[in-house]
Amino acid sequence: MSEVPSQQPVVVVDRVSKSYRRGAQLIHVLKEINLTIEEGSFVALMGPSGSGKSTLLNLIAGIDRPDAGSLVVAGTDITQLDESELAAWRTRHVGFIFQFYNLLPVLTGLENVELPLLLSGLSRRQRREHAMVALELVGLSHRIHHYPRELSGGEQQRVAIARAIVTDPTLLVADEPTGDLDKASATEVLGLMDQLNRDFGKTIIMVTHDPHAAAKAGVTRHLDKGVLNNSSD
Amino acid sequence: MELIKLILRNTGRHRLRTVLTILGMAVAILAFCLLRTVVDAWYAGVAGASPNRLVTRNAVSLVFTLPISYKQKILQVPGVNKVSYANWFAGIYVDEKQFFPRIAVGAENFFDLFPEFIIDPDQLRTFKGQRNACIAGRKLIEKYGWKLGDTIPLTGNIYPGEWRFVLRGVYRGAAKTTDETQFFFRWDYLDESLRKTSPFRSGQAGWYVVQIENPMESQTISQTIDALFKNSSAETLTETEKAFQLGFVAMTDAIVIAIRVVSVVVIGVILMVLANTMAMSARDRMSEYAVLKTLGFGNTFLFVIIAGESVTIALCGGVLGMLLAFPTASVFSRELGTLLPIFHISGTTLFLGSAVTVGIGLLSALFPAWRATRVRIAEALRHIG
Ligand SMILES: Nc1ncnc2c1ncn2[C@@H]1O[C@H](COP(=O)(O)OP(=O)(O)OP(=O)(O)O)[C@@H](O)[C@H]1O
Ligand SMILES: [Mg+2]
Repeated sequence: MSEVPSQQPVVVVDRVSKSYRRGAQLIHVLKEINLTIEEGSFVALMGPSGSGKSTLLNLIAGIDRPDAGSLVVAGTDITQLDESELAAWRTRHVGFIFQFYNLLPVLTGLENVELPLLLSGLSRRQRREHAMVALELVGLSHRIHHYPRELSGGEQQRVAIARAIVTDPTLLVADEPTGDLDKASATEVLGLMDQLNRDFGKTIIMVTHDPHAAAKAGVTRHLDKGVLNNSSD
Repeated sequence: MELIKLILRNTGRHRLRTVLTILGMAVAILAFCLLRTVVDAWYAGVAGASPNRLVTRNAVSLVFTLPISYKQKILQVPGVNKVSYANWFAGIYVDEKQFFPRIAVGAENFFDLFPEFIIDPDQLRTFKGQRNACIAGRKLIEKYGWKLGDTIPLTGNIYPGEWRFVLRGVYRGAAKTTDETQFFFRWDYLDESLRKTSPFRSGQAGWYVVQIENPMESQTISQTIDALFKNSSAETLTETEKAFQLGFVAMTDAIVIAIRVVSVVVIGVILMVLANTMAMSARDRMSEYAVLKTLGFGNTFLFVIIAGESVTIALCGGVLGMLLAFPTASVFSRELGTLLPIFHISGTTLFLGSAVTVGIGLLSALFPAWRATRVRIAEALRHIG
């Protein structure tokens, strides 16, 4: 099953199921999913709309809980953690990139990137330094004092990427990070993620509809009707 | 620091909504302070009551008087220092809207019993030496522009006739709570003319003011005095000055209760307004709360930013309202003048105003904060876009 056997798995999804109740009906979104992701890999998760991609990503990232199965991520079985342990675990291990960026509108780019560091116990100066490094890396050190509404979609997504990496997490998760961007911006953002994976060895899981985006990733997995099909088209 | 910045920026996010809520809050706290001050003013006479003064009045009712001969008998009671007496004159000055207390008092020692009325000794001497002299409070004199030597005409109602008094003295209050709007003239002047016009009403005191040595003995002394006149044609009721004045105020208890209810209602209304503002803001920001939770911020953090915002709004309004209360109160004080003579905002009122302000801020945050802490991240994020 593992593509790069020499590496440690960062994510081990073991027979995970998840269903939602819609009215009287129970929808089985994920059916006994198994998935292993090696450290340093860049995985694209594809599949038709409603196939459960976001659901699976959320489970791995610890912002939702499965009905059954276990999820060992960054060495911890996160199904065993309570809410506050899980929150602390997320802060340490997961960086999030959303389709709609989800920056806080009242904070500048720099402040948005600093935000997760408030939970880190770093000094004010250290926070600023780390945030500056992250912003530099995404190529936005010249727009740090702009508010999100003053930035283009692509720029906002780059700020969001800076926010995701500023804590140096074990895992980056991205749910359709280019879904709301024009082609040029999308290419930029994908290049950035590719760079984070190649140059910094970041493990990335990315949900996407876009075959171009998936092409950047080393591994592509397909979800269909709650079942994970083994790799590529 | 970052937290305060976040709270303040969130507060300024919906300018119009925030400003309107602050104004509403200011008006509510202003009303709260003024209403409380009205109640305070109402009870101010009581607050000024001295614990070593008793009042002896007719047991049947204040309307009935007591023979002036009681003075000597009361003076005999052990523990009694001084006795003076007074009659409620009422009467009309210019027209019926001009209200201030007009009282006939025993000139020889009435003011000895009321050290809180500060009078120039020369003026007091003149007052004691001239039968138709009168003394008025500072505020009264300022209000009507009277000067020493002026003749002040009153039309009698309880004691009919046209009365004329010469202003010989001004008193000012020793404390802020001392009523400076009273008008005193000499009991013997009243009695003298009663002897001519209606002799059966002469030789009567409306009530006696009894100064006692030891306030602890007020109970026993009161009982001793009342026992003296048991089974006489005019039985007495003696009580502390405070109880006596409360009796006066009690007549209007219903009004005071109404005012108190109104001030609670005002607070209740503004609480709902602020709670609604906060609920609207929180609803708009559910996805932001979800993002914060995703990043690992806990419920305490969410509560602090929400409560911080609502307390900030409440404080802006509350402080504004309390600041406005001062000029408003002085306008009130000027317009109401003698009706509620002691009209100033007390420290207690300001303290309660602040407490209510912060309380409203915190209470308004409870519901939105509760919702924010319950938001399920995955679900809230699905609704974005
Ligand atoms: N909180 C929820 N309550 C009810 N149903 C839900 C909930 N979350 C997801 N679902 C359902 O589960 C299924 C999978 O949803 P999911 O968001 O994981 O799909 P997806 O593959 O990410 O789709 P898309 O490509 O459109 O984003 C859908 O049918 C969705 O309606
Ligand atoms: Mg999705």
